[in-house]
Amino acid sequence: MDLLQYAGIILVKILIVANIMLITVSYLVYFERKISAWVQDRIGPNRVGPLGLLQPFADVLKLLLKEDIVPEKAFKTIHTLAPLVALFVAFTTYAVIPIGPPEAQLWGVSLFTVAPDLNIGILYVLALTSVGVYAITFSGWSSGSKYSLLGGIRSSAQMISYEISMGFSIAGVLLISQSLDPQAIVGSQAGLWNMVIQPIGFIVFVVSAFAETNRLPFDLPEAEPELVGGFHTEYSSMKFAGFFLAEYANMIIASGMIVTLYLGGWQIPFVNEHTVTNDILRYALQVGSFFVKMGALLFFFIWVRWSLPRFRYDQLMDIGWKVMFPLSLINLIWVAVYVMLIS
Amino acid sequence: MENVILYNYLPILLVFGFAIIFGIGVVFSSELFGPQRPTKSKLSTYESGMKPIGSAEERVSIKYYLVAMFFIIFDIEVIFVYPWAVKFSELYKTFGMPAFTSMLIFLIVFELGFLYAYKKGGFRWD
Repeated sequence: MDLLQYAGIILVKILIVANIMLITVSYLVYFERKISAWVQDRIGPNRVGPLGLLQPFADVLKLLLKEDIVPEKAFKTIHTLAPLVALFVAFTTYAVIPIGPPEAQLWGVSLFTVAPDLNIGILYVLALTSVGVYAITFSGWSSGSKYSLLGGIRSSAQMISYEISMGFSIAGVLLISQSLDPQAIVGSQAGLWNMVIQPIGFIVFVVSAFAETNRLPFDLPEAEPELVGGFHTEYSSMKFAGFFLAEYANMIIASGMIVTLYLGGWQIPFVNEHTVTNDILRYALQVGSFFVKMGALLFFFIWVRWSLPRFRYDQLMDIGWKVMFPLSLINLIWVAVYVMLIS
Repeated sequence: MENVILYNYLPILLVFGFAIIFGIGVVFSSELFGPQRPTKSKLSTYESGMKPIGSAEERVSIKYYLVAMFFIIFDIEVIFVYPWAVKFSELYKTFGMPAFTSMLIFLIVFELGFLYAYKKGGFRWD
């Protein structure tokens, strides 16, 4: 196949996935407000459209028509660059997450991953999440406000602390899959999901994912009562919306990664080419199962946010270094022993 | 061979391009649609409506510097573990137990470093 045709197919895939992401993000905000209302015994948004379903569009329109304020103390170039970096990370990481089986192909191109043949997918995700730290550090440092600076510094310390336990828990997954390709990782879980083999690694990864996405109980960089808006105090209109969008997109990506690494990806137990012979039906079921798992995790993210209080800074760093880091090492050694036992 | 690499990485380039264009679109759209009426107090640093006290250009606690140092040390350890993790099953089949024990020794040496930093108070945050 010639290169242009291939690029065209990829572009169509990117557009479809990016649109799905954007719609999911807008409705994730809606569902977050609805679930928080349900948790706190309120009604939640119900004015804009039936059941408040048009609320996300009203929010975006409002932010679009607001004045873009850059404070005079701010370092303008980096102040503008920060939300750009946040959005860049949020809208590139999804490229390697497989949402369906690799054998589903159209004109020889795998359908359910944007970048299907990238065999270093996990390194790609790790590299990009590290770039995500820059967005928050840049915005905190360049705003010229004490609150932003404190929020930015705390956040970068938090994110790099949890990246280590995250890296070690992923190493446990690599021991089983023997590959850095996300599709191979999903394939290696055909019998047993990684969540069953390495429950400690699963818990460490989920907790680190909460810390990396800056969600409660780890949302110290924002910490409304003490730091106003944290690193995005000095942002308004669409630049603020950029951070907001990136936060929710990161939540979706984190859920997708948890599903891929620990919950068997798109696989359903006992559903394979022998039990369900109709290809189209099987693909639909498997892609559906990926989205069901991801939806359950997103609900979990929101549920935790409205149920738990925030950690203090020293507690958060203690958990990161003194609990999560040793636990991830124990998990690594356990998985190595497990691999030796089964081979 | 060059062609294979191009085919494998082209989607990533396209995703990067799309993300940059999308990001620029979002960040600069409010400059197009929003009003521009700056005033002196609007452009000052936000401090809950009060006049700003001091500036943000202050010294940062040494604790954060320590965290950054620990991160570099331990993150390198993670990267050493990855190739071993990917190849472990094969290594175990050819070399047997030493494939496991050599990595165990590496981890123990690193864990000693971690305990040393712990004992020296490197992880006290208050």
